[in-house]
Amino acid sequence: MRAASLRELTLARLREFTREPEAVFWTFVFPLLLAGGLAIAFRDKPPEQASIATVAPPANDAAAAAIGAALMDAARDSASALVVHEIPADSATEVLRTGTASLVVVPLAGGGVEYRFDEARPDARVARQVVDNVLQRARGRADVVPVTDVIISERGSRYIDFFVPGLLAMNIMGSSIWSLAFAIVTQRNKKVLKRLAATPMSRLEYLLSFVLSRLVFLGAEVAVLLGFGAWVLDVPIRGSLLMVGLVAFVGAATFGAIGLLVSSRARTVEGVSGLTNFVMLPMWIFSGVFFSANNFPAVIQPVVQALPLTALVNALRGIMLQGFGVQGVLPFLGILGAWLVVSLFIALRVFRWQ
Amino acid sequence: MHCCVPSRHLLFTVPASSLALEVTGLRKSYGDVVAVDGLDLQVRTGQCFGLLGPNGAGKTTTIEICEGLNTPDSGTVRVLGLTWEHDAAALRPQLGIQLQETQLAEKLTVTETLRLFRSFYDHGRSVDDVIALVQLGEKRDARVGGLSGGQKQRLALACALVGDPALLFLDEPTTGLDPQSRRQLWSLVEGLKAAGRTIVLTTHYMDEAERLCDNIAIVDHGRVIALGTARQLIASLGAEHVVRVATALDDVRGAHPIEMSVLLALPGVQGGLETGSGYELRVASVPRAVSSLLELAEANQVQWAELSTHSASLEDVFVSMTGRQLRDG
Repeated sequence: MRAASLRELTLARLREFTREPEAVFWTFVFPLLLAGGLAIAFRDKPPEQASIATVAPPANDAAAAAIGAALMDAARDSASALVVHEIPADSATEVLRTGTASLVVVPLAGGGVEYRFDEARPDARVARQVVDNVLQRARGRADVVPVTDVIISERGSRYIDFFVPGLLAMNIMGSSIWSLAFAIVTQRNKKVLKRLAATPMSRLEYLLSFVLSRLVFLGAEVAVLLGFGAWVLDVPIRGSLLMVGLVAFVGAATFGAIGLLVSSRARTVEGVSGLTNFVMLPMWIFSGVFFSANNFPAVIQPVVQALPLTALVNALRGIMLQGFGVQGVLPFLGILGAWLVVSLFIALRVFRWQ
Repeated sequence: MHCCVPSRHLLFTVPASSLALEVTGLRKSYGDVVAVDGLDLQVRTGQCFGLLGPNGAGKTTTIEICEGLNTPDSGTVRVLGLTWEHDAAALRPQLGIQLQETQLAEKLTVTETLRLFRSFYDHGRSVDDVIALVQLGEKRDARVGGLSGGQKQRLALACALVGDPALLFLDEPTTGLDPQSRRQLWSLVEGLKAAGRTIVLTTHYMDEAERLCDNIAIVDHGRVIALGTARQLIASLGAEHVVRVATALDDVRGAHPIEMSVLLALPGVQGGLETGSGYELRVASVPRAVSSLLELAEANQVQWAELSTHSASLEDVFVSMTGRQLRDG
């Protein structure tokens, strides 16, 4: 192993990457776009308004008119969060079918009321409750139990807090595997690999240079996503940044090794694309990026927990949300390390140089 | 006159220590296709040795086995007295290799590429040195992707030289280059020869082999069919010149109006063969052969549609041995 070779190989990798403007653009802009999209999806917003429709009460019926009036009063009161549309009597079905309103309120002769809605729609059930309360109270019902509402929006227990560490892990996996697979298979396809294999270059040096060059960009990628999460989405980082860095480093090295393995035989970019998706897709589904991996049946839990992405997601989530230290992430680092060693070992054995 | 020496006879005449490359009984098949079929070679230190043959003759497979990039089905290869099975690590740094159509990273500059290759060797020449040697000084900061074909090929040669190799392998170094770039590359190789470097090159250009190589092995269907210096090989034809003649085909009989046997019986004609459009005759004296050909035409009431002569070349050696042209592949 020559330090000079490793340095030159890594420099060559970095130069080739930075001289490909599109690659740089997507490496840094894609996570930002993703995070921006999330910021919009999870921005703080008032509770959703229930959109309901009502038809005109029967003429010359004081009780029915009072129901209609109470509904209109509630609509004007912003606290009730009701939006009421008045519609012709014959379009009630159409309004429900097109989804413009989740509930149609029909005042009946004599002061009764009919609710038309689809029970399978949660927003329709909520709207029915809200409207019913408004009408019952307006007509004189008194609540007997004193109630106080306390609204919770604690940092660390929102969905976005759960999701950002998963997104970070997924990004580390994706960029590590993709960048290696693409670069290596292109070099093999163009016979650059064959020329290198004809020199005394050590094979390990070559493979390590890919992992090293990945780590250079890893720092920037993690910082972009983590910074966005912390400042814009207010996601907590309860553990130390150093731990996040360590786990991201081990994760990137592991997925780099898996990237090497994936690209160890393929001759074309098309071939390796399929293989890459084959490797990553199960982890997107099973590793708990979007929802907890614990939702899967107990039978497959050993497999789910042994996946490298599950380990990385759990470690990052543990550090950021629960403030895990070295002790806490050690089992996850163990799983990642095992994948790293095994993948690198097999990749070195089966690697096709021409 | 000296005939070309069959390779087998040469085998034990050279002391092993002065052999840079020794290949014995090499065989390699890809499925049903036999690429190399019992090939023997001996390359002496300090020699420029050429493997000349059409495309698909097995030259590249042979050279890549010698370079340790491919493994033979059977046969032995000793490079600089070492074998790939036992001494690969010691062998690699001593070889300079230019692959057929070398591809280098397009985004790197000439200097960066050479610095990368230089870093693989413990001992070697400086990057500036080899850049000057292959005359790429003006292009040193240019990206590889922006170089012309000839410049890329010279850079590939520089990559092969940067480790200061004891043995240089060049696989089709001028294929696809324009005439000027070819001559430029030839003069580079001649400079390396003059510096006493051992070179093994493959080519399907007979002029290239004739100009650059001290010794030439003509390869066809995975075997060496003739071996010697360019002069020896040409002399083996037993004739210095070649006369090409062709008549218009006789429409009625669908055959040449003058039979081959008649031509071979002419004075001064030492051999010949039928080609698609006429005959190629090996002759010792052009004036005698031409005048008797003209007399023959007159006597037979035919006209030669074509009559041309040239000095015998390696191409003619290949044609006389295989009945095919080199460039036909």
